[in-house]
Amino acid sequence: MPLTLSDLPTGMPATVLALHVGMEQGRRMAGMGLRPGMHVRVIRRSPFSGPLQVRVGHTDIILRRSDASRIEVVPETRQPVQA
Amino acid sequence: MKRVALLGMPNTGKSTFFNRLTGAGARVGNWPGITVDLLSARILLAGQMVEVVDLPGIYNLHGFSEDEQVVRRFLETQPVNLLVLILNASQLDRQLALALQARQLGVPLLILLNMADEARKLGIAIDTDTLERMLGSPVRLMSAKFGTHHREAIQALEDALRAHPELRRADAQAFREDLHIERALDRLVSESVHTPVQIPPTVTDRLDQVMLHPWLGIPILLLILFALFQTVYGLGTPLQDGMEWLFGHLRAALLEPAVADLPRGLRSFLAEGLYDGLSTVLTFLPVIALFFLAMAIVEDSGYLARVAFLVDALMSRLGLDGRAFVMQLMGFGCNVPAIMGTRIMRSRNLRALTMLVIPFSLCSARLQVFLFITTAVFTPTVAPFVLLGLYVLSIVLAMLTALLWRGRYVSHEPLLLELPPYRLPTARFLLHESWRATLQFLRGAGGFIVLGVILVWFLTHYPFEAQPAGPATLAGRLADWLEPVFAPIGLDNLLAIALLFGFVAKEIVIGALAVIYSAGPDQLQAILASRLDSVQAMSFLLFTLIYTPCLSTIATIRQEGRDWRLTVLSVAWPLLLAWGVSFTFVQVARALGY
Repeated sequence: MPLTLSDLPTGMPATVLALHVGMEQGRRMAGMGLRPGMHVRVIRRSPFSGPLQVRVGHTDIILRRSDASRIEVVPETRQPVQA
Repeated sequence: MKRVALLGMPNTGKSTFFNRLTGAGARVGNWPGITVDLLSARILLAGQMVEVVDLPGIYNLHGFSEDEQVVRRFLETQPVNLLVLILNASQLDRQLALALQARQLGVPLLILLNMADEARKLGIAIDTDTLERMLGSPVRLMSAKFGTHHREAIQALEDALRAHPELRRADAQAFREDLHIERALDRLVSESVHTPVQIPPTVTDRLDQVMLHPWLGIPILLLILFALFQTVYGLGTPLQDGMEWLFGHLRAALLEPAVADLPRGLRSFLAEGLYDGLSTVLTFLPVIALFFLAMAIVEDSGYLARVAFLVDALMSRLGLDGRAFVMQLMGFGCNVPAIMGTRIMRSRNLRALTMLVIPFSLCSARLQVFLFITTAVFTPTVAPFVLLGLYVLSIVLAMLTALLWRGRYVSHEPLLLELPPYRLPTARFLLHESWRATLQFLRGAGGFIVLGVILVWFLTHYPFEAQPAGPATLAGRLADWLEPVFAPIGLDNLLAIALLFGFVAKEIVIGALAVIYSAGPDQLQAILASRLDSVQAMSFLLFTLIYTPCLSTIATIRQEGRDWRLTVLSVAWPLLLAWGVSFTFVQVARALGY
C-alpha cells in the first residue's frame, strides 16, 4: 500500500514519487511545483476534513484531501544513511 | 503600433508592475475571439507609442484552464514585439518552468524577476548572468511594489523594443508540444539559484500558527470579516443615504423649479425617470469604492487564500469555494459590490454559481423595508423573531440554490491555491483597485440601471393624466392582469405595484407604498397595520426577500457574467422561488386557520 500525501503525517518531510492524476491536473500541480522528485511537507490540516497546507520547495499551497490522496510520496529518512 | 504582452504566474506582482508601468491610463479592452476583458494601456517607450497588455496569470502554457486558453488564444492571434515574463524571484524553483515554455514561442523575451526583496530576505541568491546565458534572454531583478530597480527594468524593456522593431506572432506549434522540461528545469535551477538548506521560520509561519489554528482560525476569520463589514457598510451605507438625501433635496430645490413649465409628461420623465435613474447609479459609488478597498486588502495581504483553507470543508459540499463564502457574507451589506467581487474567481462556472447565490443575502436595503413593515404589522415581541426568521431563510435559500444549480454550473477546477506569504498592501495599489472597480461599475452597469429605472417610471406614470402608481397606469393594469398570480399568495393589486417598484430598488418600496396608499410616511404604518393581516404581511416580506434584490444587481450580473442565460436565470429563478415560498406559506397558514 503506497503512502499518499493525504496520509503523510503532518510535519514529516517526504519526496513526491508519482502523481496519479489526469494530464490537465498534473500540469496544474506541476505549475505549483508538485512533480515527482520534489520535496514536500504537510504543514497543517484544516479541520472538518478540509484542505491540506503543503510546502513544496519555496511555495505553500492548499489542496483538498481527495486530490492529495492521488499523490504518492515516500518519507525521507531523517538522518542521512551512513555508507 | 508596437505591442508588449505581460506574462506570468498568479501572485507574482505582474499587475503591480503593469500599474506602475502604465499609471492610471489603463483601460479594459475586448480582443477578437477572447472571452474575457484584458487590461491594456498605451504608453511612450523608447520614443514610440507602445500598447502594453496584461495577460491573465497562468501556471502553464500547455494547460486548458480558461485563463490558459485566453493567453494561448491571444498569443496565437495577436503579434507582439516583446513578451515580458514576470517571475517571483523567491519561487524560481518552479516558476522558471514558464520561462522554459515561453522560450519555445519564438517571440523575443524579457524576464523580470520580481519580489527580489523577498528572495533576498529568505537568503536566496540568484545568478542572473547564468540565467541570461542559459535562457538566451535578458534577465533583470526588481521589486514592482517598492519600485526598486524599476528604472533598470524599463531600460531593459526599451532596449529590447529597439532590438526587436518588428511584430511577431507566437509559434502555434509550441503550444501543442508539451515538452518534458523537468530535467532542463532542474539543471537551470541548480546552476542559477542558490538557496539556504534550511529556511528559518518566517513571520508568515508564525502568524499562520494563530490565523490558521484548528479552532481559533474560524473565529478569527469571522471577526475579521465582521470588522470589514462594519468598516465598509458602517461608512458606506450612511454615505449612500447621505447621497440619496442630497439628490432628493437637489431635485426639490433646483430640478423641479427648472422643469416646472414643461409639459407634465416631460417634466415627470426628467425629474422622476432620468434624474432618479442617474442618482440611483451614483448612490452606489461610495459603497463600491469602499468595498473594493477592503477586498484589495484581504486579497493582497494573502488572507483570502487562507479563508479558502478555513472554510473549504463546508463550501466544497455546496459546490462553492471559500472565496464565495466571503462574497456571500459581504452581500449582506449590498449585493452589487459582492457580485463584482466574484471576479477574483477564475473558474467561470464557479463564478456564475456564486453570482446566482449572492442575491439571496438579505442586504441593508431590504432590511429597511423589513424593519418598517415588521414594526407596523407585528407586535414588538414577535417582530424580532420575524426578522431573525428572514435572515435564517436567506441563508437556507442561498444554500438550496447552490445545491440545486451546482449540477448546471459544475466547476472542474480542483481547489489548488497558492498560500502566499503575508504582505502589506501599498496604498497606491488599493486606491488603484478601488478606482478601477468604481469606473467599471459606472461604465458597465450604469446605462442599464438608468434604462431600467426609466422603464419602471414609464409603467407607473403612464398615462400622465392618471394618478402616479394608481390603478389607471400601465402598472395598475399590469397588476390587474397579474391578479391570478398574486391572489394565491395573498397580495392585492396595490401591493403588486409596490413589488414592481421594488424591482428598481428595495429602498423605494416604502416610498412607493406611501404614494400608492396616498399616505404620509407617519400614517403609512397605521394604514399597513389596518389593511394587512399578519399572513399577508408575511407573504409580502417573503416575496420581497427572495425576488430580484434590485435592478442594479441584475445589471451587475449581466455586466460581470457576460451570459444572458445567467442573467435571465438570476431573474427567473428567484421570482419562481419567491412565489413558491409565499404560496406555500399562505396556503399552509390559511389551512391552519390563521
